[in-house]
Amino acid sequence: MHAIAALQRRLLLAVTLLLLAGAVPADSGGVPLPLIPKGKGTQCVEPTPVIRRDHMVFLMHQRDETMHAGVRTKRHSLNECVDCHVSVDSAGRSIPINAPGQFCSTCHSYAGVSIDCFQCHATTPDSGSRPPPATVHAWSKTQGHGLQSVPGAATRGAEMVSAGEGSQ
Amino acid sequence: MTKACNSGRKSRSGEYHSPERRRFLGGAASAAALTLVPGVAFVSLAGARPPYQPVSDEHRWGMLIDANKCAQGCDACVRGCVEEHGLWGHGRPETDAQWIRKVTVRDKQTGHVASLPLIQHCKHPPCVDVCPTGASFRRADGIVLVDKHICIGCRYCMMACPYKARSFVHEALEEQKPYAPRGKGTVESCTLCVHRVDAGGERIPACAEACNAEGHRAMLFGDLNDPESELSQSLAQYASEELRSDLGLNLGVRYRGL
Repeated sequence: MHAIAALQRRLLLAVTLLLLAGAVPADSGGVPLPLIPKGKGTQCVEPTPVIRRDHMVFLMHQRDETMHAGVRTKRHSLNECVDCHVSVDSAGRSIPINAPGQFCSTCHSYAGVSIDCFQCHATTPDSGSRPPPATVHAWSKTQGHGLQSVPGAATRGAEMVSAGEGSQ
Repeated sequence: MTKACNSGRKSRSGEYHSPERRRFLGGAASAAALTLVPGVAFVSLAGARPPYQPVSDEHRWGMLIDANKCAQGCDACVRGCVEEHGLWGHGRPETDAQWIRKVTVRDKQTGHVASLPLIQHCKHPPCVDVCPTGASFRRADGIVLVDKHICIGCRYCMMACPYKARSFVHEALEEQKPYAPRGKGTVESCTLCVHRVDAGGERIPACAEACNAEGHRAMLFGDLNDPESELSQSLAQYASEELRSDLGLNLGVRYRGL
């Protein structure tokens, strides 16, 4: 009995090692590393070790410049990251870059770092081309909008007739 | 946007990369363009800001809304805005985002009814005064924005705004437009289509574009600081007013025909 159990353990170990070996890139020296989908082009906007370590610094700097000063350079823009690194499925549609196994999530889940960018930012270059499910076109089939008056919105002596007018 | 050549007309602040050189080149280009093709208004040549150059107070973007041209029952501007920014709602008008809305007002004394879209962009915005984090700010070119990266969703700005211009995002969103990030727990409002403004060229805000497409042409967008702009000339020629002018907020959006 002991011999069979020992054999089973050994077999399990062998299978585990074999599976791990499949996930390990050749030059990793035995440590399993994430397999990151390759981006478009040959080279990132920064050398790979630099962008790996400091991409969040570039993005943070760019976000403030863009938001407050209207600087719209593309080099460190999050939209450009997504454009270059997004994968396309067999139907030709972009896969959200934060989906499991995609460019951002692969490393972030490996490193155990949560990523907040995509609560607000688009995850594909063609995001928003159609309404998400369970939403309606705002103002369609709705009358008014809960705002009964805007204080003194018009000239003195005027009264509010309707707000949100033009609803279908 | 309608914008005549005016490089070098004013001093610019906060420029990168040798402002003297650019001013010289810009001035030279404007002069050359004007000399070569007289009588042709070069809309985007001098108005376009290179992407690396920060905004300055050289421009102040604004709008003139003519209530006489605005058709009752038309909501093209609102639809244009919704489609541009992906402001899809949940059928809950009390909480769904509104960056622009149509309002109908009637003068009690005369019975005159005016229909007008509401957007503002104050020069002295109360929302900026009350913001505890600095998320609510006025850009140098007059566009009032929310930096959602540092907005904590306290909604003081919504309480402070006399025009109820701001909305709060109550629910998790998906399918945001790449140029219009929006997210749960932050306040948002009209950006005057800042992505279009920054792109330069002749693109005007989506509401004004939709209004023009309907043939009403009730919304005139332009540069308040440029005396040559169609907007400034129109404002100088005909009477207009701002809503609640008693508050002294100096609005970027003015109205006619109320």
